Amino acid sequence: MRMILSYAFFKGDIMTKKQKKMLWRIITAAVLMVALHFAVKAFGEKVHEPLWFLLYLIPYLTVGYDILLKAGKGIRNKQVFDENFLMAVATIGAIAIALINKSGDYTEAIAVMLFYQVGELFQSYAVGKSRKNISALMDIRPDYANVERDGELEQVDPDEVEIGTVIVVKPGEKIPIDGVVVEGVSTLDTSALTGESVPREVRPEDEVISGCINLSGLLRLRTTKEFGESTVSKILDMVENATSLKSRSEAFISRFARVYTPAVCISALALAVLPPLFLLLRGQAPGWGDWIYRALTFLVISCPCALVISIPLSFFAGIGGASREGVLVKGSNYLEALSKVQTVAFDKTGTMTKGVFEVNGIHHSSMDNDGLLELAAHAELYSTHPIALSIRRAWLDGAVFRDDGDPAEKADTSGRTIDTDRVSDVKEIGGNGITALVDGRLVACGNTKLMDSLGIAYIDCHELGTIVHVAVDGAYAGHLLISDIIKPTAKEAIKALHAAGVTKTVMLTGDAKKVGEAVAEEIGIDKVKAELLPGDKVAAVEELLAKKPERSVLAFVGDGINDAPVLTRADVGIAMGALGSDAAIEAADVVLMDDDPKKISLAIRIAKKCMRIVYENIWFAIGVKLICLVLGALGIANMWLAIFADVGVMVLAVLNAIRALFTKNLR
Amino acid sequence: MKKSYKIEVDCANCASKMEDAAKKTPGVKDAVVNFMALKMNVEFEEGADPKAVMKDVLKNCKKVEDDCEIYL
Repeated sequence: MRMILSYAFFKGDIMTKKQKKMLWRIITAAVLMVALHFAVKAFGEKVHEPLWFLLYLIPYLTVGYDILLKAGKGIRNKQVFDENFLMAVATIGAIAIALINKSGDYTEAIAVMLFYQVGELFQSYAVGKSRKNISALMDIRPDYANVERDGELEQVDPDEVEIGTVIVVKPGEKIPIDGVVVEGVSTLDTSALTGESVPREVRPEDEVISGCINLSGLLRLRTTKEFGESTVSKILDMVENATSLKSRSEAFISRFARVYTPAVCISALALAVLPPLFLLLRGQAPGWGDWIYRALTFLVISCPCALVISIPLSFFAGIGGASREGVLVKGSNYLEALSKVQTVAFDKTGTMTKGVFEVNGIHHSSMDNDGLLELAAHAELYSTHPIALSIRRAWLDGAVFRDDGDPAEKADTSGRTIDTDRVSDVKEIGGNGITALVDGRLVACGNTKLMDSLGIAYIDCHELGTIVHVAVDGAYAGHLLISDIIKPTAKEAIKALHAAGVTKTVMLTGDAKKVGEAVAEEIGIDKVKAELLPGDKVAAVEELLAKKPERSVLAFVGDGINDAPVLTRADVGIAMGALGSDAAIEAADVVLMDDDPKKISLAIRIAKKCMRIVYENIWFAIGVKLICLVLGALGIANMWLAIFADVGVMVLAVLNAIRALFTKNLR
Repeated sequence: MKKSYKIEVDCANCASKMEDAAKKTPGVKDAVVNFMALKMNVEFEEGADPKAVMKDVLKNCKKVEDDCEIYL
């Protein structure tokens, strides 16, 4: 608690003017009240009544005049049940009782007003402070861009920079707009965006995103987007608007507050009138003063401030804390949903694996391995499929395979080119492969279906991965083994998910069953649905949605590039590695800025902590209020206790809410 | 048309009152007050003049919460 206090409140910051003025009013009124209290004790006998009353009015009005004014305006504007009105009625009532009873005890009314104002001041300070803390976390907004004009650098508003402009980013500056490095080598600090502390190296041709800090060298970038479309703008927009989407708990609180205050006021009225009338009818002394006092105590407890302020504050802090870890949550409702996730469906490629394919072997080749790779690379010349890309890259990068088929040390890349003139008659057979004439020989590259359709006998591979069979002039020539690499943290990520309360993990993949199952087994995923076409994934998610336990939530995690429909269909769509991908930021509800699958469980744990705090605050605040109402009705709790409970609960609830900001121990 | 305005308000309860008041103002299709970001996002009805409408919104907000401000 002390750490929270010192971090959130005493980080070298002053109050606003309004708050300072309030503080002085509170101090003055408190001093006056105490002085008067002792003065009454000393001279109570000698001085007569109206004087004490008038003297006590000074601190009362000092601390409460604005409340009385607001209450008056509220009545004029037909806003009766607001907290100003309630405080005004309660304190004026208490003073009236003191006058009628001739008890001379005005301190109670003043103290109630005083503590109420202390509570308001604290609330305004705490909220302002955490607002500042959270915006500081997201302090990624660039103020200017350096544009070179006539050989001199000029600082301009990033909004004015057009696409294709070359901008200069000096060491220590933020990259203002997304772009491509034209000149310069440097390292970038991406921690404000991803929470990742290891700097990223960039060279010419690399894409860079706005919001990163340039650490070491001078960079010249050609911008590829306008400022408004750049990553930094999108992220800021998202974070700022996140709390507009209200969660169910928030909706519950505002409904509760709407009913609670009038209900307590009506009970107060009933408490003031009914018991005395009942006693009167039975011929006993009605004791009006006593019952009215109890009713006034009710009014003091009737403000739902603790709830109304602490619940949105908890969500705000939770979303802020998550964004510091590189987890962007698009709304309080999604944070709430995340905390209930029990089923997680994953995409495989790009989510659990790196999505980078490599040729990892050449088997059963009837010619030399180099020759086979060369033919395959030429046949796949025009294809944009990731598999084709990996075959071409293997050839161009000088991959060499030993006679037993395993990769050997890379060869010299000279002489390794792809000559378009050698290739003709390229036919792409959708979903199966490619045939082409290379040096006049008919080369067929593809899966088993292609081989079957060409009537060529093939040899299956016992190793895992995608197999590309190659046939030359109708005779089987061997196959290439291409596999993806599982992310190093994938296994840990699944374990962490189960530890965070996820009961079922499912992998959805378009890949072959064997490949999918092998990956799932290695990283510990419960179930695999393989060989799915993009449309099938939506159907698979719908099936999972129908089967999930009631009131639990299904999350889908994808890389956001071709998963948009599935991301939208799942209860919570999580896009990962989304840095720089607009489509993902648009479609997903939760965006993981880097591509570490361990962030999924982190997001769930942050959400759980936040929701725990929200429920703690709801139960605590409502519980204390109910107890005070009962004690007040029985005449056990007086107004002092009521206001202490009211303000105390609020202070504790606000401090508790701020805890949601701290995520370090969840990592 | 949607526009976003900076606001000044002290308590969350008052913010939700402002939201209700803004929503009821003629010419406003929808309004959301974000207390934490101190922002009001207003969606105007077609053909409404945002400047004129926002003046009414401010007036109505002042009615429910005297101590608020919208920076137009």
